[in-house]
Amino acid sequence: MATITTRHTARSLKQRLYAWLTCHVNAASDSVQQLWVTPFATALTIAAIAIALALPTALHVFTINLKELGGHWEGAAAISLFLLPHIDEQQADKLANELRQRTDVAHVEIISRQAGLAEFRSYSGLGAALDQLTENPLPVVLALYPTSYISDLTELEQLSASVAQLPGIDFVRLDTEWIQRLQAVIKLLQQGLWLLSAALAIGVLLVIGNTIRLEVENRRNEIEVMDLVGATASFIRRPFLYSGAWYGLFGGSGAWVLVNFMAWQLQTPVDRIARLYHSHFQLLGLDWIATCILMIGAIALGIAGSWLVVAQRLNQLQPSR
Amino acid sequence: MIQFDRVTKRYPERGEALREVSFTLANGDMAFLTGHSGAGKSTLLRLIGLFERPTRGQVLINGVNINTLPINKIPLYRRYVGMVFQDHRLLPERSVFDNVALPLIAAGLTRREIEKRVRAALDQVGLLQLECAAPITLSCGEQQRVGIARAVVARPPIILADEPTGNLDPELSREIFALFERFHGVGVTLLIATHNLDIIHTLPYRTLRLQQGVLADD
Ligand SMILES: Nc1ncnc2c1ncn2[C@@H]1O[C@H](COP(=O)(O)OP(=O)(O)OP(=O)(O)O)[C@@H](O)[C@H]1O
Ligand SMILES: [Mg+2]
Repeated sequence: MATITTRHTARSLKQRLYAWLTCHVNAASDSVQQLWVTPFATALTIAAIAIALALPTALHVFTINLKELGGHWEGAAAISLFLLPHIDEQQADKLANELRQRTDVAHVEIISRQAGLAEFRSYSGLGAALDQLTENPLPVVLALYPTSYISDLTELEQLSASVAQLPGIDFVRLDTEWIQRLQAVIKLLQQGLWLLSAALAIGVLLVIGNTIRLEVENRRNEIEVMDLVGATASFIRRPFLYSGAWYGLFGGSGAWVLVNFMAWQLQTPVDRIARLYHSHFQLLGLDWIATCILMIGAIALGIAGSWLVVAQRLNQLQPSR
Repeated sequence: MIQFDRVTKRYPERGEALREVSFTLANGDMAFLTGHSGAGKSTLLRLIGLFERPTRGQVLINGVNINTLPINKIPLYRRYVGMVFQDHRLLPERSVFDNVALPLIAAGLTRREIEKRVRAALDQVGLLQLECAAPITLSCGEQQRVGIARAVVARPPIILADEPTGNLDPELSREIFALFERFHGVGVTLLIATHNLDIIHTLPYRTLRLQQGVLADD
C-alpha cells in the first residue's frame, strides 16, 4: 500500500512549500469572497460579534479607569494628623514644614482650632450647644496629601504609620474607607469581567459556528465532491477556518472601534468632572495588551467555532458501512 | 491488483446489493462490468472507491484490505483511484476547467502543471473549446465527458467508470472506449460498468456480469 499513499508526495520541498502557500492564499481569498456573496448577512453577523465582544472590552476599560481613579489620591485621600492638645499653631506650622520636606507628601494643610470648630459647627448642627463651650476642645489638625505616585493602600498605610511616630502627634486617621470600597468594587468588576467574557465568548462561538454552518450547508455539494476527488480533511476545512478567522478579525476590529468611540465620547464630560475635583485624572482608552487579547481571542473564537461545525460535517463523509 | 474476496454488501433498507462476490483483476487489466439495472454495478465500484465499506468479505487493492486504511489515508487512496460517476458529481457553478482541475488542486499541484494537465485531459475528451463553460449549460453527454476528464486528469493507476457512455451517441461512445484503451495501453487498471453491450462485444476484454448482486458470468 506504500505505493498508493506516497505517489503524490514525492515532490521537492520547494514545490511542496509553494503548493502549501498557494493553498493558504487561495483559501484566505476564497473565504473573503465568500463573505462578499451575502454582504448584508455578513454585516449583521459581524455587528453581532462586535457588540458581543465590545461589552466585556468596555467593562475592562471601565475597570482600568476605576483603578486609575483609585490611584489618584491627590485632592482626595487625606491623612488627618490630630496633634496633641498642647501643640499650638506655631508648632504645628513647624511640623507641617517638616512634613513638606518628605518626598511622599504632596502638600500639607493646617486646620486651625477655629477653622476646625467652624467646620464642625456647620455640619454637626450643634451650633447652639457649641456656643456653651468656654474653651475650644479641638486640637490642631494637619491634613496631609500624599503624592500621586503612592498608588496602593499598603503604601498609604505605611506613610500614615511613619508619620504617626513623629513627636506632637496624638493620633492619625487615614480616610481609606472609600478607597477600600472602590477596591472591593474593582475586584467585583474584575470577577464579573471574567464571567461576562466567558459567557460572551461562548456567544461569539455560537454566532460564528452558526454562520459557518449555513455556509457549510450551502457548499455541501462542493464539500462532497472535494471529498470524492481526494481532498484531505484539512484542505476541505481550510477555507471555512479562514472564514471563521475573518469573522473574528472583523468582529474584533468592530469591537475595538466601538469601545474607543465610547471612550472618546466620554472624554469631555470626564475632563470636566476631573477639573471640578482639581484632579489630573485622564480617561484611559483601550490599552494595547487588551487590544491584542481582544483581536487574538476573536480570531481564535472564529477558528474554533468553524472547526467544530466543519468537523461535524466531515465526520458524516466517512464511507458508510 | 483489485481483488474481491467473498464480498457482501447489505443495505439495511434494501437487503443485499452484492452477495459473495469474488474476482481478481490484475494490474494493467481492463474489464467491463455489466448487468441489469439494480444488479449492483455501482455498488461494486463504490466499494473499490472506498465510498462504502463491505458488510462482509474483503476488498484488496495491491494485496491490502482497504477497509483497514486509516481515515487520514483515505484521501490519498482516492487520488490513486480515478472514478467516473454515474451521476457525474460535478460542481454546477464552477467552470469546466475548474471542475476538471479539482483532483489536481486537492493534490496541491502548481498552477502551471494544473493548466497543462487539465487542457490535455479536456483535449482527450474533445471538450477543449468548452473549458470556460459552466456544467449546467452543457448537454448530459458533455457533462459525462467532463466527469471522465476529471477522473483521468491526475493519471491514477486505477480508473473506475460507472456507465461513462450512458448518454453518448455510438460514435462518441466508441471514442471514449478508445480513450480508455489508450489508458490500458500505458498500464492503467480499468473497470468499466456499462450497458453498451454492442460495443464491448467487439472489444477483446474480460466482462464481469452481475445478476441480482451475484457474479453470474466472468
Ligand atoms: N445507498 C443505497 N441505499 C440503499 N440501497 C441502495 C443504495 N445504493 C444502491 N442500493 C440498492 O442496491 C441495489 C444495487 O444498486 P446499484 O446502484 O449498485 O445498481 P446498478 O447495477 O448500478 O444499477 P444501474 O444500472 O441502474 O445503475 C439496488 O437494489 C439499489 O436499490
Ligand atoms: Mg449504477
